[in-house]
Amino acid sequence: MVERETALLRKMEINVTEAEKRSGKNTVNMQETYTVYLIETRPAETVPEGGTPAVPDTLWRRYSEFELLRTYLLVTYPYIIIPPLPEKRAEFVWHKLSADNLDPDFVERRRVGLENFLLRVASHPVLSNDKIFFRFLTELDMCDLVLHQVDSRLKSLSAMFRVKNPDKRFTALKQYSDELNTVISHLLRVRARVADRLYGVYKVHGNYGRVFSEWSAIEKEMGDGLQSAGHHMDTYAASIDDILEEEEHYADQVKEYLFYTDAVRSVCRKHELSQYDLEMAAQDLAYKKQQKEELATGIVRVFSLKGMTSKLFGQESQEQREIRLAALEQSIQEGEETVKEKNAECQEFVRTAWEDIERFKEQKDKDLREALISYAVVQISMCKKGIQVWSNAKECFSKM
Amino acid sequence: MSVGAPRGLASSGQKPIAEILHPLSATEELLSPGPDVTVTIGGDKEAGLTNGTPVEMSSPASASSLFNRLQLDDDLEADARDPYSSTETRDLFVTVDDPKKHVSTMETYITYRVSTKTTRIEFDLPEYCVRRRYQDFDWLRIKLEDSQPTHLIPPLPEKFVMKGVVDRFSEEFVETRMKALDKFLKRVADHPVLSFNPHLNVFLTAKDLNKRQGLALLSKVGESVRHVAGGYKLRTRPAEFCAMGEYLDTFSQKLGTIDRIAQRILKEQSEYLTELREYGTVYSSWAGSEEELRRPLEGVAGCVTTCSGALEDLSENMSQDFLPVLREYVLYIESMKNVLRKRDQTQAEYEGRLEAAILRKQDDRTPMPAEVEKCQDKAECFNADLKADWDRWQSNKRQDFKQLLTGMADKNINYYDKCQAAWESLITLLQDKQTEDKTSETN
Repeated sequence: MVERETALLRKMEINVTEAEKRSGKNTVNMQETYTVYLIETRPAETVPEGGTPAVPDTLWRRYSEFELLRTYLLVTYPYIIIPPLPEKRAEFVWHKLSADNLDPDFVERRRVGLENFLLRVASHPVLSNDKIFFRFLTELDMCDLVLHQVDSRLKSLSAMFRVKNPDKRFTALKQYSDELNTVISHLLRVRARVADRLYGVYKVHGNYGRVFSEWSAIEKEMGDGLQSAGHHMDTYAASIDDILEEEEHYADQVKEYLFYTDAVRSVCRKHELSQYDLEMAAQDLAYKKQQKEELATGIVRVFSLKGMTSKLFGQESQEQREIRLAALEQSIQEGEETVKEKNAECQEFVRTAWEDIERFKEQKDKDLREALISYAVVQISMCKKGIQVWSNAKECFSKM
Repeated sequence: MSVGAPRGLASSGQKPIAEILHPLSATEELLSPGPDVTVTIGGDKEAGLTNGTPVEMSSPASASSLFNRLQLDDDLEADARDPYSSTETRDLFVTVDDPKKHVSTMETYITYRVSTKTTRIEFDLPEYCVRRRYQDFDWLRIKLEDSQPTHLIPPLPEKFVMKGVVDRFSEEFVETRMKALDKFLKRVADHPVLSFNPHLNVFLTAKDLNKRQGLALLSKVGESVRHVAGGYKLRTRPAEFCAMGEYLDTFSQKLGTIDRIAQRILKEQSEYLTELREYGTVYSSWAGSEEELRRPLEGVAGCVTTCSGALEDLSENMSQDFLPVLREYVLYIESMKNVLRKRDQTQAEYEGRLEAAILRKQDDRTPMPAEVEKCQDKAECFNADLKADWDRWQSNKRQDFKQLLTGMADKNINYYDKCQAAWESLITLLQDKQTEDKTSETN
C-alpha cells in the first residue's frame, strides 16, 4: 500500500508493533483471554546519522476497540468508503492454517492488518483530520460518549426502504461492488484449496527421501548419489511451508478489498437513504399542497378523514377554515425548506461521495495491480527454488 | 502433450552412443534429429547403422542431451568389466516399432514391426522385417527360459490388463508396451549367449511364427535342466548367492515403495490440477468486471493456464515413462529370483547325488559315476553363468536407474522452467503498464 501524504502523516509515524495476551473479566463478569495490540506513534522527523529515533508514545488496544473506532467513522462520514478491519475470525483457511484466533500466526497477520487499517485512515484526505481518530492513537480513554452516538446512528442504517429515483452511478457501483465481492470470495476459496493440494504434492515427495536413503544402504556405487538425492527431496518437501506463507500475504491483500466491498455497499445505501429522505420530504410536501388546494377550493380530490367527517358532521366555520389554511401554509413553507435542505444534502452527499469513490477506484487499481505483481514474484521464487532442488538432485543422480 | 513418434528405449548394455536415449529425455520438443550428428559424436562407424527409421532412433541435437550422452558413454567405458562385451563385435541390431491394429472376426489385436540388421552367419539374410504380436514375444520368452535356464531372461511388460480399466488400444498404452517390448528384445540381442538362441533366430526371421516349430528345435538344443528331480534339499548356499537373494528382496521392496510414492504424487498432482483450472477461470471472470485491471487479471489467468498445461505434461510423462520402467524392473527381479531358485535346485541335486554315490562306493579308487560328474558340471556352469549375468545385470541396472531418475529430475526442471517463464513475462507486462501510467501522469 502506498501511503499518501496527509497532514497527519507528515506529523507522525504510526505503527502497530506488538501483540500480547491478556486475561480479564468481561462485561458479564466472566474470565476471558484476549489479545491486545501496541500502537506506537512518534514524530515523523528524520533522524540524523548515528542518532537514535525518538521514544514513541504507546498504548495498548484490543480488536473490539478498533471496531468501535471504525463504526464511529462509518456513521460520522457516511459518504466516505471507510477502510476495513482485518477479519474477526480466520476465514478461507487451508488445512494447515489454524482457524484459532489465539494462534500466533493469525495474531501476527492481524497485527499487520490493524497497522494497515490505521495507515489507510491516516492517509485519507478527510479521515486523517478526525479528532477522535487522533485521540484513538494517542489517548487511552475512549469517551463513552462516542459509544452512545454510534449506537443510535447505526440503527438507522439497517432500515429497509425503497428508493424511486436513485442516482444511476450508485446503482452501477453497487452492482460492481456485489460482483467484486462474489468473485473475490470465490477466488479466496479456490486459492485455499489450491494451496492445500500443492502442499500435498510437495510433502509426498519427502517420502522419496526416506526410500532413497533405505535403498542406498544396499547399493555400492549408487549409494552416495541416492543418499544425497534423498536429502534434496527432503529439502523440496520442506520448501512448501515458506512458499505458502508468502502466498498468505497475497491472500490478505486481496481479502482487504473483499472487505472494502462492504464499505462501498454501505456508501451506496447511505446515498439511497438520503435520497429516500428527500423523496419522502417531497412526497410529504406534495400531499400538504394537495390538502391546501382542497381546503381552498372545497373540492375533495383525495380521500381524507377530515373531508369525510366534515361531510358527515357538517362544514366547519369560516374562521376555523382560515386557521387551518394558515397552519397548512406554514407547514408548506417549512416543507419547502425541508425539501430544499434535503435536496442540498443529497447533492452534497453525491458530490463528496463520488469524489471519494474516484479516489478509491484509483487506489484499488493500483493496490491490486501491485498485489498481482507480488503474487507473480512469489510464483517465480517458487519456480526458482524448484529448479534449484531438482538440479541438485539431478546432479546426484548423474553421479550414481 | 505426449511424445509423438515412437522411440526405442535405451538398451541395457554396451551400445554405441547414438542409440542411447533417455526415456524421459526433455528433448522431444526439439528440432528434428540429424543422423549425421550421431555419427560424429559416437565416432563409431556402426552408429550409422541405426535400426529402423531415423525418426525412432536418432538423437535430438540439443546441447544438454549431447552432454548427457557423452557422460553416459564415459561411464560405460569405465564400467567395461563385462567379459562378454566388445563394441567391435556388435553385429545384431533389432528394433520394435510401428504398431498397427488388426481387426478380425475373432479378435482385435496389435502387431509391431520387428526389424533386424545383422552380419551373423546364423542368419541367412542381412536384414529382416517381420510383424509380431505380444503373444509371440511371450512365446519367445518362454522358449528362452526353457532353453537357457541358467541365464537371466529380461522381463516382458505385463501380459494381462483389466479390460474395463485400461484401454488396450489407446495410444499411450500401446506406446508404453512397445517401448518395453523393444527393450526386451534389445536386451536379448545384446546378451552374448541368449542372442545366439535358435528361438530368437526364428522369432526374428520367420514370416509366420508357427509356434509349434519351437518344439522341434527344443530337442536339438539339448537337455534342458528344467526337469530337475525334486526332493533334493540344499545344504548350504554359497554366500554370494545368499547376498544376491537378499539384495533382490530388499531392492524389490524399495521399488514397490517408490512405485507407490510416484502413484501418490500423480494423484495429488491430478487433484491440484483440477483446483488450478478452476482458479484460472475465476481470474478470467473477475477480469470481466474490471477496466484498468482487466489485462493484468487476464494475464494471471493465462499464466495459471500455462502452468496447468505444463503440469499435465509432467504427470503424463511420469505415468507413461517412469512407472512402466519401474514396474518392469520388479518383474525382472521376480524372474531373477526364479533363476536363483533353479540354481539352488541344481546344486541340491548335485549334492544329493554325490552323497548317495559316496555311500554306495565300494572303494576310493572307483571314479565318480558319470551322472554325478554331469551334475557337478551343470551346477558349476550354472553358478558361472549366473555370476556373469549378475554382474552384467547390476551394471545395466545402474545405467537404467541413473537414466530414469535423471530423466525424472529433467522433467521437473522443465516444468518449473515453463512456469517461471510464464510468470516472468506477466511481470514484464504488468510493469510496462505501470511505467506507461507514470509517464502519462507526468505528461
